[in-house]
Formats: sequence, structure tokens, C-alpha cells
Amino acid sequence: MNNYELMVIFTPVLSDDEFKAEQKKYAKLVTDAGGSIIAENPWGLKSLAYPIQKKTTGLYWVMEYTANADFNEKLKIQLLRDESVLRHLCTKLDKYAVEYNAKKRSGVKTGTEKAVEA
Amino acid sequence: MAKNEIKYLTAIKSDKRVKKFCRFKKYGIRYIDYKDVEFLKKFLNEQGKLLPRRLSGNSLKYQRKVSDAVKKARQMALLPYVTDLLK
Repeated sequence: MNNYELMVIFTPVLSDDEFKAEQKKYAKLVTDAGGSIIAENPWGLKSLAYPIQKKTTGLYWVMEYTANADFNEKLKIQLLRDESVLRHLCTKLDKYAVEYNAKKRSGVKTGTEKAVEA
Repeated sequence: MAKNEIKYLTAIKSDKRVKKFCRFKKYGIRYIDYKDVEFLKKFLNEQGKLLPRRLSGNSLKYQRKVSDAVKKARQMALLPYVTDLLK
């Protein structure tokens, strides 16, 4: 089991319910494969830095989960097949990343604030 | 005129240069988040290009991590690939 983080950009044409249904669909995929979800964070509508498929905005969604290493290939197939997904990114998290995300969720200072000022 | 007064042809640099440091080592940052755009902008110039280590002072280990994070952010349209007036 490894820790992963998935970020997906959905098309902005999705309604709120559709957006939630999509989130649920992928969360279910993870749990069905024996993984567990650590955190979910729908960022919602955000403007893109450059147009993707002629769209200037996108619905962002970030999920942190644990899963077996062979699960990501299956997830990738589903994401690429999905018409409402503009783009996705799956990142493997090392122990520092897990720690950082946990700190960020609980609102504890992660140490980057000082560096931002500097 | 005093005997031991020394005159130089070129002015001596009196102010010492501030030594650059790797902020990741100094502040103990172990993970660079690609989602934290404001933080990543510290390492980009106005056109959205990565600053060299010569200017940012990062150690090689963390410069590599910064570049990975910036590239991920660019893929996910959090940062632009090319632009003007980023800041």
C-alpha cells in the first residue's frame, strides 16, 4: 500500500450534483479496490492558467488515498475514458509529503510560511 | 599630510555581500507542494520561467524538487507555461 494524491480537472459544464456524482464515482473506485481515502478536497471552479480544450475554467478536485501499486493503472484508464475529465495528475507521496498534507489539513504551520515571507 | 596615509587607485569594496542560502535547508522544508502556487512563484521570473540556482540559492537537491513541482503545477494549469507579467 502506498499513499497517492490525485488531482482532477473536470469540465466546468458539470452541475453541482454531477460534480458530486463524479467525485463519488472515483472515491468508490478506490474503496472497491481495497484502498482507503484519507482526504477529499473539492476546490470547485477555478480559472485555468491556459485554455484546455477551449475552456478557460475548470472544476478542481483533490483526493488523497492509499492503494496498491497496481490500482493506478486501472484508475488511469477510467479517467482517460471519462469525457468530463479535462486533465488528471496522480502523485505518489513520500513520508514528508504525507506529513505536510496532514499538517496542512489540521491547520498547523507547515514551515513554508516563513519561506514565503523571506 | 600624514605619512602613512595610503591611497588606492580603485575604491575598496567595504560592504560585504550577503551570503545566499538554501531556504529549504534553513527552514527545514522537506516537501514542496505543487498546489501551493504562491510559494512556487518565488522561484519563477516574470515570464514564468524557473530562476537559476545562481539567483535563488537553492541546493541542487531542492532545486530539482522545485522544478518538479513547477512542472506539475504547469501540467495542471495552476501555473502558465509561457506568459508575461506573472507577478
